[in-house]
Amino acid sequence: MAAPTEQRDEGGIFGTQREDLWWVPPTIIAIGFTAFIVYSTWAAWVGEHFFTGLPEAAAAAQGTNYLSPFYSPCLLQGCEHGFLAGVIPLEIGTISPAFFILWAPLGFRATCYYYRKAYYRSYFADPPACAVDEPRDDYQGETSFPFILQNIHRYFLPFSLALVGFLTYDAILAFKFSGGWGIGVGSIVLSLNAILLATYTFGCHSLRHLVGGGKDCFTCDEGDETVAKKSWDFVTFWNENHMLWAWLSLFWVAFADLYVRLVSMGVIQDLHIVF
Amino acid sequence: MTEDLDNVTEHTVDVLVVGAGGAGLRAAIQSAEESAETAVVTKSLLGKAHTVMAEGGCAAALRNVDERDNWKVHFRDTVRGSKLLNDWRMAEYHAKEAPDRVRELEKWGATFDRNEEGWINQRPFGGHEYNRLAHVGDRTGLELIRTLQDKAVHTDDLDVFQETTVTKLFKDGGRIAGALAYDRDTGGLHLFQADAVILAGGGFGQCYKYTSNSWEYTGDGMALAYEAGAELMDMEFVQFHPTGMVWPPSVRGLLVTEGVRGEGGILRNSEGERFMFDYVPPIYEGEFAADEDEVLRWLDDDDDARRPPELLTRDVVAKAIHDENEAGRGSPHGGAFLDISWRDDEYIHKKLPSMVEQFEELAGVDITEEPMEVGPTMHYAMGGVRVDPETEMTNVPGLFAAGENAAGLHGANRLGGNSLSDLLVFGKRSGEHAATYVEELDDAPAIDHDEVETAIDELMAPLENDEGADPYDLHEELQEVMDEGVQMIREADNMEAAIDQLEDLWERARKLSVPGGTSYNPGWHRAVHVPNMILTSLAVARSALMREESRGAHVRTDFPEKDEEWGDVNIVIREEDGEMSLVTEPSPERPEKIQEIIDADPEEVSSEAYGAKEVMP
Amino acid sequence: MAAPAETTQADQPSSGPEEPPRGGQATFEVWRGDEDDGEFETFEVETQPGMVVLDAMHEIQADQAPDLAVRWNCKAGKCGSCSAEVNGHPKLMCMTRLEDLEEGPIHVAPMKTFPVEKDLVCDVSWNYEQNEEIEPFDGRELETPAEKEKGEFRMQQEDLDRVQEFRKCIECYLCQDVCHVLRNHDKYDAFQGPRFMIRYAGVEMHPADDGDRVEEIWDEGGIGYCNITKCCTDVCPADIEITDNGIIPMKERVASEKFDPLAMLWQKVRGED
Repeated sequence: MAAPTEQRDEGGIFGTQREDLWWVPPTIIAIGFTAFIVYSTWAAWVGEHFFTGLPEAAAAAQGTNYLSPFYSPCLLQGCEHGFLAGVIPLEIGTISPAFFILWAPLGFRATCYYYRKAYYRSYFADPPACAVDEPRDDYQGETSFPFILQNIHRYFLPFSLALVGFLTYDAILAFKFSGGWGIGVGSIVLSLNAILLATYTFGCHSLRHLVGGGKDCFTCDEGDETVAKKSWDFVTFWNENHMLWAWLSLFWVAFADLYVRLVSMGVIQDLHIVF
Repeated sequence: MTEDLDNVTEHTVDVLVVGAGGAGLRAAIQSAEESAETAVVTKSLLGKAHTVMAEGGCAAALRNVDERDNWKVHFRDTVRGSKLLNDWRMAEYHAKEAPDRVRELEKWGATFDRNEEGWINQRPFGGHEYNRLAHVGDRTGLELIRTLQDKAVHTDDLDVFQETTVTKLFKDGGRIAGALAYDRDTGGLHLFQADAVILAGGGFGQCYKYTSNSWEYTGDGMALAYEAGAELMDMEFVQFHPTGMVWPPSVRGLLVTEGVRGEGGILRNSEGERFMFDYVPPIYEGEFAADEDEVLRWLDDDDDARRPPELLTRDVVAKAIHDENEAGRGSPHGGAFLDISWRDDEYIHKKLPSMVEQFEELAGVDITEEPMEVGPTMHYAMGGVRVDPETEMTNVPGLFAAGENAAGLHGANRLGGNSLSDLLVFGKRSGEHAATYVEELDDAPAIDHDEVETAIDELMAPLENDEGADPYDLHEELQEVMDEGVQMIREADNMEAAIDQLEDLWERARKLSVPGGTSYNPGWHRAVHVPNMILTSLAVARSALMREESRGAHVRTDFPEKDEEWGDVNIVIREEDGEMSLVTEPSPERPEKIQEIIDADPEEVSSEAYGAKEVMP
Repeated sequence: MAAPAETTQADQPSSGPEEPPRGGQATFEVWRGDEDDGEFETFEVETQPGMVVLDAMHEIQADQAPDLAVRWNCKAGKCGSCSAEVNGHPKLMCMTRLEDLEEGPIHVAPMKTFPVEKDLVCDVSWNYEQNEEIEPFDGRELETPAEKEKGEFRMQQEDLDRVQEFRKCIECYLCQDVCHVLRNHDKYDAFQGPRFMIRYAGVEMHPADDGDRVEEIWDEGGIGYCNITKCCTDVCPADIEITDNGIIPMKERVASEKFDPLAMLWQKVRGED
């Protein structure tokens, strides 16, 4: 095979015949990701104002029981939230509890087929946009280290599914106030967070493979048919808009953390009714 | 070879197949499997042949949807659809062998749509008594060509020469000896020493302005055969598909599959009337639904309900749309309205996806919401090279023809869905018999070098002529002449005038001139095609003038009725002393048992007495 | 056909725009050249309603440049011959309407990923070579008495749906053209490209296929080079979800056989080697 036509020199680092604003979408995505990374790193690092049920937040928190999703499940001693509190024999304040769990959603999203597309385009310009030239010649794709590790995406899946469970549990607890059951803006924020994470996780490409996509025939093994096909259809339904759910859940998890943080700090007041 | 032919690449093969559509590929696969060294030449890239445009399906009495079907009913439908003018032996082979050809494709990887039990699904189509067309949505032709393509590239003894045009056939003592071809990309010349040649080059839609056919359809196969001394037959029968797009101008003629009507599409005139109820001809009296209510029951799979009149044969529907326009009830751009929008959106998307896309992208029409505007478009040549029904060999030993390139199966009108089955059945037969012919040859025919040199000179002339006619101009004029004179509705005066003009064009085409070189030069390519198109058009026009009656696709205003005298003769064309000679020859006589099947009611043919269960006698 | 008749019904649709778009004339800058050299040449073309880029190329051939090389066949988006780059976007010329393009001169260039033969025509033979190397459909034997009597595979439509999506491919090679692995990194020897990833998927997921091509997909196919950036899916004129429905499921199957110790163990336990 001869090399492609080099005579049509399109000039510049990003040579192309395209005249539309091809650089806008990758730039927006890069800004969005960077903002999330900066915020989430900071939020995980600070190790405080993540739970409105903590004694120090009590004054500001008006009896709310909101846990930031970055810190869920909270495994350290002193987290009076959920049955896993104290599993790790360290006191809150010695180390940020976020570090014990954040690697799971981080790994899940970093190896996610949608996010890969987005950051290969936006951060690596591999390619920056369709039919636009790339600045670098060397390219090994996902055949060698480090990107060959993307193949372990499915190993993050169980953790992410578990996280959907924990966040659902958190969302339920968010309806519990010191004065009894009720409903507040924070309960809604955390409920939406659990739902959006579920829509994203249930559309996972690896899950789609594992529940039935790996089969050549859904109906051939008798008895098996409806389960495999129905599960596959269910995952396929959420998979079709995987990008949308990825973004909504990403934005919302950061927003949920911010909301809990601001309530915990007393910057804003949570509106709620206790029945 | 001599030094003069230094720049010619030579190939020695047993069988050369001209054309890589359904018929050509099926022929080549068969011939190679019978261990004949086989070469296929195609004017396009592999897998792009016009077969991909076939949408509706492939007719075969698989009996998966309607148990009442069998080969005899399919046979009966085909013969009656041909207005009793086809070769009954071809129709018999066709109806008997089509199911096996379809099943064979499935074993090669084709993925036909399934019915609820998991067998190949079959849809109804015009002129077919029962649901009979194996299909893949509305892209059946693509499935067929891709399956054959994948099979072919993994078959030993089979070479494909892509984007290569055959310009001349050579003979040795009356037998076929080989062919000259050129590579469209580079202009390089190829000489094929071949003991047998199978012509599978399709039809000649490019002779008309509004056609569903691609640029490839320039009558090459017919012209090559004629010039090699083979006979053409039934050239007057040109099928105008009733539903081509009519708007916008850029897509006028583009096919709208008959599948739309098979799935319940309704034809209406500008007054909103469902006019097809008024156009049921006597031969089909009582076989079609009497009113809309019966149509709805038929769509609900009621076995007692009869088919909608939209599913009359193509000649009838095309003529009806024409007549509605004559009466001032046509659509704004000279057609009729075809409406499928009353069906469920999802159903339309599932069954007719490429129609949805075609109208959305090319006409800005959402067919799930509004009707399509459609009108007749030149679609298919029933006529072509006359062949032996069993072996597909022409009167020239070693020269075979199959598919649209050949005549005989469809007579005066082809049923939708019978084209894909034709390709498969007779493609296979031609490949098989060509291989046998080669094996039984005692000595290999040789090509005369002088003839090759003359053929090369002729081929190169348009590039070397400083002055001469422009092939683009001639082509445009040719289309105008055919549209004026030898359209769907014909008249002696118009045809005589057309013939005069065609003869004039023929003279002018003797000296063509094009700029540029041999490397991918469309002007030169057209210079090769234009004489073939004019020759084919002359054959069509002269045959049409000769047949003084109206039958099937051939409709004359000066002879509006069927004429019994013409009912059992075919017009055969051959070259005699450099002139085109037309004679009538009696159609093959039908034995009593065969005639009985044709005359019987479909229910009778479906009954035990007729051997309904009998798949293959 | 008879002359257009006046319509009497007010609610009949007009079937398309009444006024010619793009003001009746358009400027085209068309790449002219061969394998060694070339440049854009300017042509003015009269437009008509509904006109597509391929129509304009034909107008140019008929009146201005009879030797302008353009490959085409069906002119209906069904054969995949007329692939080119219109204003930098890989497109079928027959399905690109002038009225859908940006204002200004229209650039028409050959596919960049394949060597130019002449003008807009590329040498796409590399693709045909890839197809020859892929293990074709390997049908199982007919099993049940019913199958043997019918002579057909008994397959449910829901099992065939996935495969049929890939069979819509018209081999226009626009996905190959836009794929940066081929277009920018020239990995012709290592990666067979999106078209053949879905060819693999089409046989691999076929309910009646007995073949196993998972190793082949990694080794010869080079699926690891795909970084799922989805340009192939974006340009596909047949609307095939190449990445989500074809390549990613194949990547997952490769992961099960090559990178996932648990899945490998599970397959051993169940005896599915």
